[in-house]
Amino acid sequence: MDLALAPETLARWQFGITTVYHFLFVPLTISLAALTAGLQTAWVRTEKEKYLRATKFWGKLFLINIAMGVVTGIVQEFQFGMNWSDYSRFVGDIFGAPLAFEALIAFFFESTFIGLWIFGWDKLPKKIHLACIWMVSIGTILSAYFILAANSWMQHPVGYKIDKAKGRAELTDFWAVLTQNTALSQAFHTLSAAFLTGGAFMVGIAAYHLARKKHIREMKTSLRLGLVTVVIAGLLTAISGDTLGKVMFKQQPMKMAAAEALWDGQKPAPFSIFAYGDVEKGHNTVAIEIPGLLSFLADDDFTSYVPGINDVNKAEQQKFGPGDYRPNIPVAFWGFRWMIGFGMFSFAIGLAGLWLTRKKFMLPKHLRVGEDEVPHLVLFKNKALSPKLTPWYWRIATWTLAFPLIANSWGWIFTEMGRQPWVVYGVLQTRHAVSPGVSQGEVLTSMIVFTSLYAILAVVEVKLLAKYVKAGPPELTEADLNPPTKIGGDTRDADKPMAFSY
Amino acid sequence: MQLHDVWFVLIAVLWTGYFFLEGFDFGVGILTKLLARNRPERRVLINTIGPVWDGNEVWLLTAGGATFAAFPEWYATLFSGFYLPLLVILVCLIIRGVAFEYRAKRPEEDWQRNWETAIFWTSLIPAFLWGVAFGNIVRGVKIDQHFEYVGSLGDLFNPYALLGGLVTLTLFTFHGAVFTALKTVGDIRVRARKLALWVGLVTAVVALGFLLWTQAHSGNGKSLVALLVAVVALVAALVANQLGREGWAFALSGVTIVASVAMLFLSLFPNVMPSTLNGDWSLTVTNASSSPYTLKIMTWLAAIATPLVVLYQGWTYWVFRKRIGTQHIAPDAAAGAAH
Repeated sequence: MDLALAPETLARWQFGITTVYHFLFVPLTISLAALTAGLQTAWVRTEKEKYLRATKFWGKLFLINIAMGVVTGIVQEFQFGMNWSDYSRFVGDIFGAPLAFEALIAFFFESTFIGLWIFGWDKLPKKIHLACIWMVSIGTILSAYFILAANSWMQHPVGYKIDKAKGRAELTDFWAVLTQNTALSQAFHTLSAAFLTGGAFMVGIAAYHLARKKHIREMKTSLRLGLVTVVIAGLLTAISGDTLGKVMFKQQPMKMAAAEALWDGQKPAPFSIFAYGDVEKGHNTVAIEIPGLLSFLADDDFTSYVPGINDVNKAEQQKFGPGDYRPNIPVAFWGFRWMIGFGMFSFAIGLAGLWLTRKKFMLPKHLRVGEDEVPHLVLFKNKALSPKLTPWYWRIATWTLAFPLIANSWGWIFTEMGRQPWVVYGVLQTRHAVSPGVSQGEVLTSMIVFTSLYAILAVVEVKLLAKYVKAGPPELTEADLNPPTKIGGDTRDADKPMAFSY
Repeated sequence: MQLHDVWFVLIAVLWTGYFFLEGFDFGVGILTKLLARNRPERRVLINTIGPVWDGNEVWLLTAGGATFAAFPEWYATLFSGFYLPLLVILVCLIIRGVAFEYRAKRPEEDWQRNWETAIFWTSLIPAFLWGVAFGNIVRGVKIDQHFEYVGSLGDLFNPYALLGGLVTLTLFTFHGAVFTALKTVGDIRVRARKLALWVGLVTAVVALGFLLWTQAHSGNGKSLVALLVAVVALVAALVANQLGREGWAFALSGVTIVASVAMLFLSLFPNVMPSTLNGDWSLTVTNASSSPYTLKIMTWLAAIATPLVVLYQGWTYWVFRKRIGTQHIAPDAAAGAAH
């Protein structure tokens, strides 16, 4: 059998493809649920029509996204059993529990209330209808937490013992699994990154419309909401990333050494901006470094010792027996940089945008023509430069929506591949986790089927998104402005068309 | 009763809930081709399940997650063993979910017709394959001493399992027809009732055959009671349907599903997946289950969460309790602008 097409390799590729694809939708779902809920709250409180129109606009894009998130999530749950049955046998006692919690607590919540929200516009009083979207938002966050707790256990197993007779790991402390610092910091980091993603999505689309001077009232509101979200979430992502990094230096020194292409331990250790190395010989041929920064990132101390790849590999060989315990180092190194780079860039654009549009687009009143005019961005007090700067900012800001998506994908590739050859760090190696009874042909078939299906759906999804983005916020109808006052809808005209239907 | 027995029951309950709920939305999906005559009628059908199908599907995800947590060996053997049929089911569920959500997002007739065709096939195929899967679970499959499935794909498509597939297909279609009669007004309601009669009669024949075969193969006293309940409920559902008592007809077609699934699980216990190669290699509630500690945590979870789920899902059905008909479909709604 060709090694390159071994079931393990194929199963890993399939897991990577389906997971990264699924995670294009998850962060948007999490953040857009909350942002849509925020806009709807603003409508319920102020009754300003622009908020309702914005709610309907972002809500529609949210729904197009969540559909894909939900259906690709089904594959995630079942492929553990299909491709990784020995993994499922070995860790099911522990790993299955957070999955079951996710299903019973979060999925039911999310999917039931999303149905109520979509179809409830003319069936529920407006405060109850509003509560539904908040329920959806809570569901998405809970769901993320349980799945991240499960993943964190794979990164740093706690609260378990090995039952040698049964040949499996058994849970001894579920609370430890749910609340260990890996889970907490990973959830903090992933959730802030999710809001960075949704904020950038909003900024990008709002900038697109503002550049064309369309739907100005809703888009100004959305732009500011998006920018504030990007900046706050960006800050939190950086802080939580630092926390998570420090946890990882302690728990998975190999992953972090690989992320830095730090071959041999150093005191103090430098942060590498660029590195090109020789994996076989175990050293870098080219490296551009900032002295002491890595020590600081690992330990909050510019002079501390950080072990290198070769050191950790030796230590693990002594602990776990002969073998190569190094992950794919170029992937870890560049994955880490692309994650940080694209994330930081999005944050920078958000910060610039917030500065440039400060004080409600601080264009002096006498220079404005009408209320619906797109103001020029404010650059200090230079009124001559502003009109030139504005179109450039809109262009860059439109592209921002893609950057956090790229950062998220590389973040997952880094965190999952950086743990190799382990599937559960220090406990179970990936090669022992695949399904022994599943053939190369079967895995290949499912990989081709999922990949092509996902590719087709990606085209459909992006086209639909583009259509609804271009269409802009909908016009409001009489029914939109007069929500029912009792549950189940008003009886006054039972035969009127439904406000929403498939 | 030990915890792994409790979890056997709970997993049976989750599958029963799944087949009861998604059973009728699969059925409605199939009726989009069998019953609906034009675009507004297809739209009425899809709208009857619009607010609830997603919540229904979560019963499957929960059954899967709970099996993973409570019976990891069962989960591993089942999903790696039934690899390709499961792949087909997953592909169907993906396309089906997208079809519901995306169908009305463009006004073009071609676009909508394609998604309608997708809804029909992706409802029909899983409705059939779930019966095949459960037929094989009850009958037993080739499992070796390492609890690995060693049979082939062809082994899964044996006459008994195929008959099981026909049962779920016809029973879900009947359940869906009765549900449609309950949820619609006008012409479509009358035709749904007529169709329910014919589908119900076919269901009665195949279901009786399959359940008697099951009883003869692996039945016991309890499963016989469940069998009788299923048969009586199905006949009563047909009678209620003829009398125009649609609520009763739906409740009774639901009882048929509950009793049939209960019968399968009763004839299975204490096995969860018998081996046809050697009885000692069968997966049972004891050798496939998680540790008592995990089961205890999960039991707490189920005890608190399940009543809540039933409560708020029930509330959803109450909110959307009104019947709908073609008059509720806005003439311009097809243009996608109305929502």
